[in-house]
Amino acid sequence: MTETEIGRARRRKEDARLITGRTQWTDNIQVPGLLHVAYLRSPLAHARITRVDVSAARSRPGVVAAFSGQDFAAEQGSLPCAWPVSDDVVIPDHPPMAVDTVRYAGEAVACVIATDRYKAADALDAIEIDYDPLPAVTDMPSALADGSPLVHEAGNKAFTWTFAQGDIEAAFRDAPVVVERTYVQQRLIPTAMEPRAVVAQTDGDSFTLHTSTQIPHVLRVMLAATTGVPEHKLRVIAPDVGGGFGSKLQVTAEEVLGLLIARRLGRPVKWTESRSEGNQTVHHGRDQIQRIALAASAEGVLRGVKVDLLADMGAYLMLVTPGVPLLGAFMYTGIYKMDAYDFACTGVFTTKMPTDAYRGAGRPEATYAIERAMDELAKEIGVDPLEIRRRNWIRHEEFPYATAAGLTYDSGNYEAATERAMALFGYDKLRAEQADRRDRNDPVQLGIGVSTYTEMCGLAPSRVLGSLRYGAGGWEHATVRMLPTGKVEVVTGTSPHGQGHETAWSQIVADALGVPFEDVGVLHGDTASAPRGMDTYGSRSLVVGGIAVLQACERVKEKARTVAAHLLECAPDDLEFTDGAFKVRGTGAAKTIQEVALAVFAAHDLPEGFEPQLDAGSTFDPESFSFPHGTHLCAVEVDTETGMTTIRSYVAVDDVGNVVNPMIVEGQVHGGIAQGIAQALFEEAVYDADGNLLTGTMADYLVPSAADLPTFVTDRTVTPATSNPLGVKGVGEAGTIASTPAVVNAVVDALRPYGVRDVPMPCSPERVWRAIQGGVA
Amino acid sequence: MIPASFDYVRAESLSEAFQALGADEDAKVLAGGQSLLPLLRLRLAYPATLVDIGRLPELRGVRDEGDHLFIGATTTHDEVLKSPLVQTYCPLVAQATATVADPAVRHRGTFGGSLAHADPAGDLPAVALALDMDLVAGSAEGTRTIPAAEFFLDYLETALAPGELLLGARVPKLGPGWGFHYTKFHRVAQAWAIVGVAAAVRHQDGVIAEGRVALTNMGAVPVRARAAEAGLPGVALDDRTALRAATASADDATDPPSDLHARPDYRRHLARVLTERAIRSAAA
Repeated sequence: MTETEIGRARRRKEDARLITGRTQWTDNIQVPGLLHVAYLRSPLAHARITRVDVSAARSRPGVVAAFSGQDFAAEQGSLPCAWPVSDDVVIPDHPPMAVDTVRYAGEAVACVIATDRYKAADALDAIEIDYDPLPAVTDMPSALADGSPLVHEAGNKAFTWTFAQGDIEAAFRDAPVVVERTYVQQRLIPTAMEPRAVVAQTDGDSFTLHTSTQIPHVLRVMLAATTGVPEHKLRVIAPDVGGGFGSKLQVTAEEVLGLLIARRLGRPVKWTESRSEGNQTVHHGRDQIQRIALAASAEGVLRGVKVDLLADMGAYLMLVTPGVPLLGAFMYTGIYKMDAYDFACTGVFTTKMPTDAYRGAGRPEATYAIERAMDELAKEIGVDPLEIRRRNWIRHEEFPYATAAGLTYDSGNYEAATERAMALFGYDKLRAEQADRRDRNDPVQLGIGVSTYTEMCGLAPSRVLGSLRYGAGGWEHATVRMLPTGKVEVVTGTSPHGQGHETAWSQIVADALGVPFEDVGVLHGDTASAPRGMDTYGSRSLVVGGIAVLQACERVKEKARTVAAHLLECAPDDLEFTDGAFKVRGTGAAKTIQEVALAVFAAHDLPEGFEPQLDAGSTFDPESFSFPHGTHLCAVEVDTETGMTTIRSYVAVDDVGNVVNPMIVEGQVHGGIAQGIAQALFEEAVYDADGNLLTGTMADYLVPSAADLPTFVTDRTVTPATSNPLGVKGVGEAGTIASTPAVVNAVVDALRPYGVRDVPMPCSPERVWRAIQGGVA
Repeated sequence: MIPASFDYVRAESLSEAFQALGADEDAKVLAGGQSLLPLLRLRLAYPATLVDIGRLPELRGVRDEGDHLFIGATTTHDEVLKSPLVQTYCPLVAQATATVADPAVRHRGTFGGSLAHADPAGDLPAVALALDMDLVAGSAEGTRTIPAAEFFLDYLETALAPGELLLGARVPKLGPGWGFHYTKFHRVAQAWAIVGVAAAVRHQDGVIAEGRVALTNMGAVPVRARAAEAGLPGVALDDRTALRAATASADDATDPPSDLHARPDYRRHLARVLTERAIRSAAA
């Protein structure tokens, strides 16, 4: 049998152009007559705008136009929220450019359009604007207190959302052990490598928008609805995009305003954000306060889990802002069995940048809370953190398993992943070293952190999204066409921004159609050439979009089989398809699929009624989510004299089902772990009490680099998903979801002898040091 | 962000540089640009003129001048840390330079720029202080020498007069018997020091004869830990209690800043702990 393409660590087709930058990054795009936009942004978190005068800016050198929010008030509409999660949800009007009130520092209040970016930026100084300051609202509990200043007239509560299954009161009544903790998910800034950029063009009544987005298709629908540009007159192109992590799953003010400015001026305009502008105005992630309570038997067997969540929305509800905590709501039960689960969430408005999806979106938060709390339960019962997990996890023979949170996990093998991780980690030896260091009162203590995670991804079954009130479906489309020369073009509705779809889709097609890997090309990201799609987020591309590619290939193959049978003068059932050729069983007669493609193109001799094209499309709507899982183990050394934490070793054994390209999976796992460690140890978006962002540059917002991270030891177990024909599970977010609790569990474990039971994230040296001081006292 | 407009002068000779600097009070010197350009891009600085001294060969390189090395102002960090002369005679400079930012910055950023910028969170000012470097400044009026102890006046402020250019530094060779260590305590590799300690120790038969300690980011200027230095002579290196007692005053005379990464009491604590460790490492 020939080696399959699926499973090979193919080098990525797209990397040469991405790495060298010789590609269409949006900021590279040049158009004749291009103008440049610069935005004036509010220096205040909350204020009424009492006067804006842009006239002086208009007379600055090179300036073509200047506008205030008032200039677009009649046509700019409101930035959309596509996820009205509940009956009580409040979706405030969100003008792309503020007209009378600003509600976060960095909100656009005016703009200048000039012949180059420098002149545009210089002319911002000439805009006169007066503010009447209003009190900032930066903290959720205070925002909900009586008498708090209001972010919006309707109040600071955005929504409440609850879920309950089982008898939670019975679970907690007389429970021998109850562990109750509060964890803070600090606010994070997504920090994609490529800043956002927009180029808007018009030729009268039709528009083309190049934008650094993850969602060209969703964006087109939303922009049509927001701006009134008819959908068929609007082409959205996501050219090569340099990362997103959810931050480009958005309909941004700058995208809407780009179109409006191009329409107003009848000229093309470009805007590219600076990094500090991005820190302020790319939607942020996380920012939740989680109260979690576990009820357990004396042996630590879970009876129930109760979660009460405050989720900071920031100043407005953007595309899926209120849905993020809902995506976590189903994951607080983790990999564990229990009788009852109760979840309540309150969304809260503050005068800060809106939050929205950030790598993992809700699931990292949930996984953190349950995995931290399970360690606390282990401590309470007096057993090893892995033992408490063994007592509670779903055993491999129990799949499919319906969880207390209402999901059905199709497959998994937590025992196998954990056993492999322990072996790679040298778990028992490290525990022995830890005991020794504790005995010796070593100033450098060793901590071991465990995270046995699962997550729900592959967004998503459309009916489930509908039941959660999300505004769209979760299907994905692919078209596969055989070209006359036997090459293959795939049109995908997924929108890669670093994931390697061109490579992975080529591998799927190569196997399905028996063509060389090199003979497959992939088109994506342009609504003119790839008109149908739901784009890329939520670890959905392979498990939804990849399946659409596979199914489209199957349809192409069946069409080709009909033609081959005709040419070979046999029945289609007499043909077997191997190595890219249809062969008549028992004879040597055969037609390659390339020969069939040429025959279809010529159309001289086709079966009766056969249309001369070898194309097929497929739109796949998954029946279920995908549930990758794994065991991550982290060893940290904590210098108790300085508070410095150093990761000594990190082992990740993930089960993402079957793997199309192991190198791509490895890359996702590495990047994911790094981003999760970043939350655990380094990153935090900090606002002061007046609502000023203090981490406006990379000097203060600490993104770790390779120099700050250990070598990751990774391995996989393979428990194929049963919910899709490839048996694959999503991998884009798993590493981020798993790693944050593994690291913080390790830090807290190191500090147990000092009486420490929590260190707020990020576990900076100062926080660790202060925790030690407090713990000793 | 992008910078506001400015005039740009590329000096082809030292005298041209002096002239350009003397002609405009708001002129700034551009060498590697690794500190200046971010300030311009964030529009925290609006110099009218940038005088580029990047193409003046006489300012670049390391020379052996007998009892000291002369390190030219526009020698890049990368050239400094790889210089055999620096590694042999002034290893503390090489050690500290190796901790500056990342390789990309070290290939552009310069030795003199780092001193003249006088960021107390920068690594080289404390080293200049610990080694008692002499800084050489030039202008149309001639050259003069400023001892490191008199060079750093305040936050981002030096003894350089308007129109004066830092030409380089004379770095004493401390000779045999000395050991050195630079400790940089920071959260990510590219970040500035929360606290840094530059230590030089002369020791004989396991006993400290003389020690010098200067601290990074413990005030508006780099700080020489004189009180700790005074307690070092006579301390046996294997006597941890004595060493700890001697370095307990390392934070005397400091006025540490408070920022997102550390509050002052924590910085003081770090200065004490890291000074003790730096001395031990220097003597190792």
